[in-house]
Amino acid sequence: MRIASAKESYATDEALFDSAVQRAWFAVLLLALALFPFTVNQYWAYLACLAAINVISATGLNILTGYTGLVSLGQAAFMGVGAYTVAVLEARLGTPFLLNLLLGGCMAAAVGMVFGIPSLRVKGLYLAISTIAASFILHFVFANWTSVTKGVSGINVPPARLFGIDLDTPFKLYWVIVPLAVLMLLGAANLFRTRVGRAFIAVRDRDISAEVLGIPLLRTKLTSFALSSFYAGVAGGLWAYFFRVVTPESFPLLMSIFFLAAIIVGGMGTILGGILGAVFMTLVPELLKLGVGVVSPFWPEAAVVLSPVRTVVFGALIVGFLVFEPQGLTEMWRRTRRFFHLWPFKT
Amino acid sequence: METDWLLLFEVSLAGLGTGGLYALTALAFVVIYKATRVVNLAIGEILMLGAYAFFGLAAGWALPWWAAALGALAVAGLFGAVVERTVIRPMLGESPISVFMVTVGLGSVLIGIVEIVWTADPHRLPEFMPNAPVFIGEAFLAPKIAYSFLVAAVVIAVFVLLFRFWRGGVALRATANDQAAAYSMGINVPGVFSLAWVVACMVAAGAGILVGAIGGISSTMGVFGLSVLVVVIVGGLDSVPGALVGGLLIGLVEALAGIYLGGEYKLLATFTLLIAVLMVRPYGLFGTHEIERL
Repeated sequence: MRIASAKESYATDEALFDSAVQRAWFAVLLLALALFPFTVNQYWAYLACLAAINVISATGLNILTGYTGLVSLGQAAFMGVGAYTVAVLEARLGTPFLLNLLLGGCMAAAVGMVFGIPSLRVKGLYLAISTIAASFILHFVFANWTSVTKGVSGINVPPARLFGIDLDTPFKLYWVIVPLAVLMLLGAANLFRTRVGRAFIAVRDRDISAEVLGIPLLRTKLTSFALSSFYAGVAGGLWAYFFRVVTPESFPLLMSIFFLAAIIVGGMGTILGGILGAVFMTLVPELLKLGVGVVSPFWPEAAVVLSPVRTVVFGALIVGFLVFEPQGLTEMWRRTRRFFHLWPFKT
Repeated sequence: METDWLLLFEVSLAGLGTGGLYALTALAFVVIYKATRVVNLAIGEILMLGAYAFFGLAAGWALPWWAAALGALAVAGLFGAVVERTVIRPMLGESPISVFMVTVGLGSVLIGIVEIVWTADPHRLPEFMPNAPVFIGEAFLAPKIAYSFLVAAVVIAVFVLLFRFWRGGVALRATANDQAAAYSMGINVPGVFSLAWVVACMVAAGAGILVGAIGGISSTMGVFGLSVLVVVIVGGLDSVPGALVGGLLIGLVEALAGIYLGGEYKLLATFTLLIAVLMVRPYGLFGTHEIERL
């Protein structure tokens, strides 16, 4: 049982990990992440990479939607910008891997800022719908700017090379994607200890009040769009190296909805929410696949209905979480933690 | 290049015809928004549900088309009532983002259910409209579009009258205007919410039958809802005239862009128009400009 954690300075109050126990658990988690690929087969390494990419993108969306209060349905399209930038750089110029990722992120950030401009005049749902417009306009560009994007046939991306090693299997890519995800998550967590991040939260809570307090709305909102799209762009770049082919259909509107669903299911406005939500939403289809494997001996048609059932479960998860657990998985996690903190007393 | 006036006229007519359907669906959207302040992204999927219910009743149970249409409307109305009571009512007062995501989730559930019951393959609705070509002056208009437009126009006219004169319509407008005042005047506000959802879902289902009759039905026909979304944003979320004007305008723009620029430009044109309107009039052409106070 834990009584309380006494804090003696503001620095300790703002610290990411407030006790030695937390730091120890974090170290255990990092160790587990490092050992994970050695204990599982290629398929689970593949899933881990995919989940990590989704975590990066969902965290980006969380910065924008969860922390700044600007709903965006364009996250997948911004990922597409990053992916195409990386694909073009890699396939045409052959510039180094990490530089491509960085440029992909920056390109997405620039495009995100352009589509963030309407956020100055419109907010809430109007903004959500104007980001849908962004997503369609970008899709059009991907599909029709054939001299750069090769149109609907897409671009094949050669494998990433780092220190002379071709990163062509999930197992090898794991060592790039997961550390990068951890790094970007730490960055996002630290962001909200700084003036910029605090300004985001102020804008979310009441933008007019924030402006009265001297926070420049224009700059803050655009910064938020840029940062969020940067995360999307890096995630998109990793996506390009991971799947090795980028087509306009790779980043549909549904994918943006997926990310929004992920942060809702995980819990909006918390870093942990982005992680839990993205991992959970990535694994649900796999669990369903597993379920089909279990029931198929008794019911051979199970595989046929897998895809529609997945759609139903996806929607039901969104509705269910919003109605019954609006704070998402994070809240469940907190409740569990509280229970153990206070055990054997009642919470 | 010489302008082909006849072609332009025919294309515009076809565009306006589709625009009538947009206007009808947008009306359903606006009714829900006015009454409950819910941005219903599932409107396209409700439209799909209506079309599939019609298909199931007319093709599966071999009912005559009018009975199937009534049945489809009933199914959609029931769906609206259940959804309003079980999902939307508990969400009232939550942030608009949450409510809007709930409707996104509902849409996904509907698509999945339709695919489970009827598979994802496209189907054709049984023919029930007259097939003789329609000529306006010299211009040819596909009969289905012409009759759909007529039906849409009649339904819209009926609705405008109902809003104006019927008790329920007045109650709905009163609730939209000021919920607290409506309550204190003895209006059953939760009842109005239910009514709005039932009516709107029925209207959407009706539009779905018409859309399905023109282009066939598939589990992706909910995309129609995206164009409707553009319509209501351009027209103003809470404005009935906005929905009508916006519907016709977007129908026209889509048709013209489709002919003169190419099919892939349709969505681009409408969404560019959307952004342009949002930049100039963020609350839509006819929407209420809400003043924010601290």
